[in-house]
Amino acid sequence: MYRRFTLAAATALALLPVSTFAQSNELVLYCSVGEEWCRAQSEAFSRETGINVLMTRKSSGETFAQIKAEEGQPRGDVWWGGTGDPHLQAAQEGLTEEYKSPMLAELQAWAVGQAETSGFRTVGIYAGALGFGYNSTLVTENPPACWKDLLDARYKEDIQVANPNSSGTSYTMLATMVQLMGEDEAFAYLKDLHANINQYTKSGSAPIRAAATGESAIGIVFMHDAVAQTVEGAPIVTVAPCEGTGYEVGSMSLIKGGPNPEAAKAWYEWALSAKAQEIGATAKSFQVPSNSNAATPPEAPKLADIKLIDYDFAKYGSSEVRTALLARWDAEIGALPK
Amino acid sequence: MKAFEGRIGLIWSGLLLASVLALPWFKGGAIGASALAEGVAGRAWLLPLVAVAVALTALTFLTRNWRVHQAAAALVGAGLAWLILQGFGIGLRGPALPGIELLFPAAAAGQPGFGWGAWLAGVALIGALAEVLAARGFCRGERFAAFSIVGIVAALTLFVFFPILKLMSAAFIAPDGTLSALPFLARITAADLWSVGCLTGAGRCGVVINSVVLGVLSAAFATALGLALALLVARTDFRMKRALRAISILPIITPPFVVGVAIIVLFGRTGVVTVEVAEWFGVRPSRWVYGLPGILMAQVLAFAPVTFLVILSALEAINPTLEEASTTLGARPVTTFRTVTWPLLRPALAAAFLLAFIESLADFGNAIVLGGSYDVLSTKIFFAVVGAQYDLGQAATLSVLLLALTVAAFWVQTRWLGRASYVTVTGKSDAGLVAPMPLLIKWAAVAAVLPFVIFTAGVYMIVLIGGFVTDIARLEMSPTFGHIWTAFSFEVGDRGLQLFGSAWDSMITTLWVSALSAPLTMGIGILTAWLIARQDFAGKRAFEFGTLLSFAIPGTVVGVSYIAAFNVPPIDMTGTLWILVICFVFRNLPVGMRAGIAALAQIDRSMEEASQTMGAGGGRVLADVVLPLIRPAIFTALVYSFVTAMTAVSAVIFLVSARHNMATAYIMGRVENGEYALAIAYSTVLMLVMVVCVALMNLAVGRRKLGRRTAVTGTAQPAQ
Repeated sequence: MYRRFTLAAATALALLPVSTFAQSNELVLYCSVGEEWCRAQSEAFSRETGINVLMTRKSSGETFAQIKAEEGQPRGDVWWGGTGDPHLQAAQEGLTEEYKSPMLAELQAWAVGQAETSGFRTVGIYAGALGFGYNSTLVTENPPACWKDLLDARYKEDIQVANPNSSGTSYTMLATMVQLMGEDEAFAYLKDLHANINQYTKSGSAPIRAAATGESAIGIVFMHDAVAQTVEGAPIVTVAPCEGTGYEVGSMSLIKGGPNPEAAKAWYEWALSAKAQEIGATAKSFQVPSNSNAATPPEAPKLADIKLIDYDFAKYGSSEVRTALLARWDAEIGALPK
Repeated sequence: MKAFEGRIGLIWSGLLLASVLALPWFKGGAIGASALAEGVAGRAWLLPLVAVAVALTALTFLTRNWRVHQAAAALVGAGLAWLILQGFGIGLRGPALPGIELLFPAAAAGQPGFGWGAWLAGVALIGALAEVLAARGFCRGERFAAFSIVGIVAALTLFVFFPILKLMSAAFIAPDGTLSALPFLARITAADLWSVGCLTGAGRCGVVINSVVLGVLSAAFATALGLALALLVARTDFRMKRALRAISILPIITPPFVVGVAIIVLFGRTGVVTVEVAEWFGVRPSRWVYGLPGILMAQVLAFAPVTFLVILSALEAINPTLEEASTTLGARPVTTFRTVTWPLLRPALAAAFLLAFIESLADFGNAIVLGGSYDVLSTKIFFAVVGAQYDLGQAATLSVLLLALTVAAFWVQTRWLGRASYVTVTGKSDAGLVAPMPLLIKWAAVAAVLPFVIFTAGVYMIVLIGGFVTDIARLEMSPTFGHIWTAFSFEVGDRGLQLFGSAWDSMITTLWVSALSAPLTMGIGILTAWLIARQDFAGKRAFEFGTLLSFAIPGTVVGVSYIAAFNVPPIDMTGTLWILVICFVFRNLPVGMRAGIAALAQIDRSMEEASQTMGAGGGRVLADVVLPLIRPAIFTALVYSFVTAMTAVSAVIFLVSARHNMATAYIMGRVENGEYALAIAYSTVLMLVMVVCVALMNLAVGRRKLGRRTAVTGTAQPAQ
């Protein structure tokens, strides 16, 4: 009997290198958009190039932490998607590669702006405005239209938002509030809001999923995430806050020293093409694509109709400001009793 | 024979020579980049190892019996010491120990982690060390046993003790990289660990308080439920005994998170039950399940079967004559229960309680799904490592705390069980009748068990159908295979078979890890059992303790300690398949070992002695006599390690990578993102795969075949 095991073990060992050490024709992708879009995008790329994509989906804050932790021995090639701020911070800390793509000419001004801010270590791939969505079966009368409406005692323990430490969405909200109201007022607002928050989730889009199933009434998310739930048939109404709101420039960076630089560049160019940017809509992701030739999905919230603030990406994407704001959030909001 | 004796163990010096001359020394090195080549090219610190290899080979040819030669011991010792010293002394980016750059200026450039050459050199030196020890009388000169012991001790040191020590030292490292006790003291006295604010109403409770409260409550409920189940099965004519035993197997093959998800579907704010109850009482549905109530519910469901089995075996071992005597003396059933049965059950209850307490502390999956804002140690450790606030020092400190709590519980358990004698099964007749259960207790037990059975049925109903309907969380019940297709779609096209489903990568890795780790765990476990049960050697007690220690360490702690120890050279293994395999082998080793020891205790030594008298060596005896006799233990070890590798999450969650993702980690991502249906569908497939694989293993290993003519009677089965 033990001979049988020996045989099995020997066979296993003989086969193993094939699966473990085959390094060529691969791409290790750190993906920070929704899982479904990550899947669709990797699949389309594999289909077109034959390059096998090893994809990990993590929220942008987590991915940033992972790339930083792996700095000594980078294991990922491309970081695709997720809010721009952590991408800018990674650029500032030299974790990502400088690269000027010939595709830049085809991109929208805000996408090129993102690249210029970072010294061409990142580039914009889509944009979306921050807002919130409510469940219309739970919130029937006098629905919220502004940030200040969320402080209403009716919504006690009924609002979800992500933890800004792990989620870029939530950091965008923090930075937006600071830019809208001023830092001290923003923290006073968040402290008041805390009474209505039932959970600070890890992933940025989880709050709207909770609102869609009715586990929570309101989720503070990017508006395109809320729209996606409505498209799926959930009773979600998307709101662009009346006071004005911030927006994200979803970004893409090449990880410095990644194991498959060739495949990484192939992905980079491909991901900026109009065709690749139209995949999002098929995966129920309704961001505004950065390639001007790519069709904007009809469901996408029109940036022109939303009162957008002049979001200072350079300042709020910098290490110092980000670290300071997050530390203050931990001390003043995260530590509050719940 | 004499000439041959001098060549014994030639394989080790040959292997050593090959590993320094031919194989790539460093991780990812080219074929020609051996220690010799690297040493000549500037990394001069590798040359002493080449010298040792050459000298040892020369010794085997020049002396009559190299194993007893003084120089051999010195060479092997020096070789091992230098291998370790240079590995840890010179890191990836330069010297890790002061003064090395004076000796070797090239060390400033650093060196990568161990590759094939370095690993095999280590194995060869360990083998040679065993030969040298055996020649000096260790294990009475039994070479196979000596090699096994030295090898296992080396492996345990490397994969159990070293990571734990490294973890403890990480707890003392300040953010700027210096070693000092201050950050540890600051972290360990932090208010967010020990605060009792929630009891006084002035804020949150600390994570340690939360964990202990959860552990005590969960253990208490699980033990009470286990007792009720055991009483019903052992002491009444309850009809559903077989069903209850079957239910007790379920949690073992249930992947983590699905129970949590099912509880959300049932009791979440829009859960079926919550909505019904809220309508009934006319109140607004709330999120009551997120937090302590939810985790508690999931844990009691998972642990009650374990406590049930522990208490049942104790209950069945109670000699009925004692209870009969009490009844004959005129005691009422309640009095008999209170004065005879209950005291005899106490040790089993304590054992069950502590077992559940330890499991609760280690539980990660339920806490992360249902925890809401209720932080416990295992989730807090997780967020300290994978969250955006990456802080290994904080994770290490919390891990040390969790380890201390677990070890304390283990210690109490062994102390408690070690004292009084509760033996009631003796050689004398035990033909008495068990006392009837007092009615009050019987109905109390039924009242406790009924909700449990209904609850279990409800949860598994959700698991069964959840993967095959559109969206169970919103109760959209149109049947679909869409979720399975999302996970496991494939296409046969121009490029051959292409697997597009998002779950393929993790499924294939999981199968590889399970298939590799199960036989390894079984092999090392049974070998360890054989060494402990059949060999006498110095340090046997310490050896046994060491193997058990790896069982006491919670998975989360193992995961963090592996990151701390194996993320940097010399042993640079994170992100590989091997770290997952090794993690499982050493975590599950004690189970195979225990099964092996129990099986060996029933087999008389004389058969092995007969084989030895006929001239068989240790390895031959083990293979031809012992192994065929302990097939059930082999089967147990195989199944346990296979199933654990497919369902464990707490340790692997830290060790998975983009290339090697595991099923449980993938499922966790889906649950986190609210894709419940996909998570449930995948779990269903996983459970199916487990059942099929266990059946295959049963076919391969089979049962023990003994040429018995009469059944053996009269031996009491020890309590499991």
